[in-house]
Amino acid sequence: MTQLVIENLAKDFGKGTVLSSVDLKIADREMLVIVGASGCGKSTLLRLVAGLETPSAGRVVLDGRDITHLDPAERDIAMVFQNYALYPHMNVFENMAYGLKVRRVPKAEIARRVDEAAALLNLAGLLGRRPRELSGGQRQRVAMGRAIVREPKLFLFDEPLSNLDAKLRVQMRAEIRRLQRRLGVTSLYVTHDQVEAMTLGDRLVVMNRGHVAQIATPMEIFERPADTYVAGFIGAPAMNFLAAALSHGGSAATLADGRVIPFADGRRDGSDGRHLTLGIRPEHVRPMPNGMRLMVELVEPLGSETLVHGRLSDETALTVKLSGGGFGAGVLDIMPETAFLHVFDAETGLRMAPSAADVPAALAGAE
Amino acid sequence: MERRAIFRGRLLPALLIAPQLVLTFLFFLLPAGEAIYFALTRQDAFGLHTHFVGLANFAALFADPGYLATVLRTLLFCALVTLAAVMVALVLALFADREIKGRGIYRTLLIWPYAVAPAVSAVLWAFVMNPDVGLLGRKLNELGIPWDYTLNGGQAFALVTVASAWTLVSYDFVFFLAGLQSIPRSVIEAARLDGAHGFRRVRTVILPLLMPTTFFLFITNLVYAAFDTFGTIMALTQGGPGQSTETLVVKAYRDGVLNLDLGGSSAQSVVLMVAVIGLTALQFRFLGRRTVD
Amino acid sequence: MGKRVDWLAHAVLGVGVLFFAFPVWLVFAGATQTAGAISRGDLSLLPNFHRIGTFVSVLRAPGVGTGTPVWHLLMVSAGMALAIALGKIVISLASAYAVVFFRFPFRMTVFWTIFITLMLPVEVRIIPTYAVMSDFHLINTFTGLTLPLMASATATLLFRQVFLVVPDALVEAARMDGAGPFRFLKDILIPISSANVAALFVILFVYGWNQYLWPLLVATEPGLDTIVIGIVQLINTGGMMTPWNRVMAMAVLSIVPPVAVVIAMQRWFVKGLTESER
Repeated sequence: MTQLVIENLAKDFGKGTVLSSVDLKIADREMLVIVGASGCGKSTLLRLVAGLETPSAGRVVLDGRDITHLDPAERDIAMVFQNYALYPHMNVFENMAYGLKVRRVPKAEIARRVDEAAALLNLAGLLGRRPRELSGGQRQRVAMGRAIVREPKLFLFDEPLSNLDAKLRVQMRAEIRRLQRRLGVTSLYVTHDQVEAMTLGDRLVVMNRGHVAQIATPMEIFERPADTYVAGFIGAPAMNFLAAALSHGGSAATLADGRVIPFADGRRDGSDGRHLTLGIRPEHVRPMPNGMRLMVELVEPLGSETLVHGRLSDETALTVKLSGGGFGAGVLDIMPETAFLHVFDAETGLRMAPSAADVPAALAGAE
Repeated sequence: MERRAIFRGRLLPALLIAPQLVLTFLFFLLPAGEAIYFALTRQDAFGLHTHFVGLANFAALFADPGYLATVLRTLLFCALVTLAAVMVALVLALFADREIKGRGIYRTLLIWPYAVAPAVSAVLWAFVMNPDVGLLGRKLNELGIPWDYTLNGGQAFALVTVASAWTLVSYDFVFFLAGLQSIPRSVIEAARLDGAHGFRRVRTVILPLLMPTTFFLFITNLVYAAFDTFGTIMALTQGGPGQSTETLVVKAYRDGVLNLDLGGSSAQSVVLMVAVIGLTALQFRFLGRRTVD
Repeated sequence: MGKRVDWLAHAVLGVGVLFFAFPVWLVFAGATQTAGAISRGDLSLLPNFHRIGTFVSVLRAPGVGTGTPVWHLLMVSAGMALAIALGKIVISLASAYAVVFFRFPFRMTVFWTIFITLMLPVEVRIIPTYAVMSDFHLINTFTGLTLPLMASATATLLFRQVFLVVPDALVEAARMDGAGPFRFLKDILIPISSANVAALFVILFVYGWNQYLWPLLVATEPGLDTIVIGIVQLINTGGMMTPWNRVMAMAVLSIVPPVAVVIAMQRWFVKGLTESER
């Protein structure tokens, strides 16, 4: 049973705060993916767990042992680096064996573990090669192998796929997932790629400017983003946002042009006139006669679907994803599907859930 | 530029750096300090009493027409050696950079002289130009051209200059070749498409791109000509005949080691230090050394 | 592809090669002739291969002027060159490692102190350095001949430069693998810098071998004479009676080791020269 607990962890560099007061719990065998734009503090968080940086405050506890101030070598943690960080002068076997050699693991045991990992990673024929004689995907696997042979309590992945080309990335993504399941190692995975995050993670941590914006399962984050940042970050193409005001006693929103959009899932707290941001994903907008007028600026046919980019009458940019093709320039009348509407407070950006008293019985269980 | 990944500990780095610091202090800083101290003092004939004389040693130095002549002679010598070496090396490098057969062999044959000690290069030249045993030296006299660098100051100066430049050329050649090879092919190709051929391409495209290398070589060659030619001069002429090949370093050596004029020689050392610091500063100012950022 | 032969380039480079090779060839050819012929001015540019044994006999016999055998002069030169090259590499590797991979008080002060030595070549501090050497009783010792030349900013700065571009991740990977500072230096850093070490070795070996002023100052005993010192002495004291063929053989012998090192390690030499001096 491995459990990682991060309490109140913070990091200040000379110039400012990179990470402020993060709390996380990772369960045994869980793959937790930290995702966010560059500079959000996700790498710092990973490096703090690895012991490569010293926190300004807070604790890191692995299986009940406080490891906050231990040297990286004493933490029983292995890491896969973004550029693999393979030792250029050692062959594949030596690269994987080095961590064990330093720890004075007997030679026979080292050979056994390396052979096992090499078989698992399809590297068996490459053990004598130097890193520069390997392809990107092979180097990536050696980096994984180096972590695997250590048999650590915790795996850390620092954007391990960002240096691969698109096709290989998809392939390696599946392989990492398969390996992690099979080995059952608790893992912390950092990426800026939301697709990677959605497909790999048991749960996601979305970070924004050194704060945790939301921790939840991928679908939960997709369906109920905690704020406009998460809503805009997860999902491609990104969610559309419309300015609106609460009206009709909290049961609807009125857009700038006076159009009223009723809430399908119940009323929101607050007095009428409260400023809102409505979110609607491009795939949840439908053509509708006499709907909102979208002045089409760009049509991107993707084959089975078409992306239509345009502007509403108040100049708000909006993207629509429609099935099929054959859409041309000009004007398109559209309406959001109210069942998929996301309601946020315009000032705080936080999600506004339907008020408790008003939730229809059918939805209450899901919320 | 700073590293992010570092090791902890105080004792280990201190131990690692100690040898270099100790050597630096004992053999560089301490002597430099003493040079300044000696330069400001004067000893009596028996070395029993030392008293502070301020800048008197410097005043005496700059009032000495012999010293000023040596300064001018050194400047002329440095300029000639540098110009000769840089120009010959540049021409050789431009041709060695062409796509010709056997250029690898040419390169090796032009690089090896770097390994010849300045003093030994003087010995080689003595065997060529000595009026008694030197092949060419004797030939000149047989042809009726009076040649004897042991008596004729101008000839001595010319010979020392050639022998000094001779050892420098391969050093400069290596740098010019590296500089030429670092010019992106696309730039040369663009110049070709623009119709720049032969010498025109060299003058308008290649030379400007070699400017940093050339400037760097000018500075290092000046420093070499001023200091490292000591062996060349001592082996060929020992500064003579008269003072005709005496550079500042040769004079400092003669006054200090042979004539035991501690104060005067130290004052000369201090002047030389200032000169090196000036040249180094110049190099940094205009070149921005990669090693310091 | 019938390429035109670049006659101009061959001509220019050929003249350059001859300009460098001529003095050495002349001395080599002279070494195989009789002393009398040279003194008479009958120096032939064709070597007399029957007298090639002069080189061997010069090695064995006592030197021409000082009485020290030439092989002994060569050994002193080799010892000096090796001690300086290896000593400098070890010392500067250690100090560059400390400056780059550790944080300690006065780190930048230390760095600049080392840096300043760039501006203080032996030639500008002849007298006081001699005084310091004599205070430490290092005159006429092998230590005195080599130790003061082992501290140099150039090598330290080169290693610093090399170390600065080692990716952070490589250091971190080693730390995660459990390597401490010593293991990292030994297992990772030195192996990946081996080309730079080789490059520096060539330059420092030549530097050590070619010293003239320093041994002239510090070693006055014949037993510590280097080959360079020995030859220059002969040249300056020689006259009509000097066996010039033997002096020429000595000159050739003095050039062979450093030239051999430069040619054999040419690739590293070029790399080392262009990287260390800038």
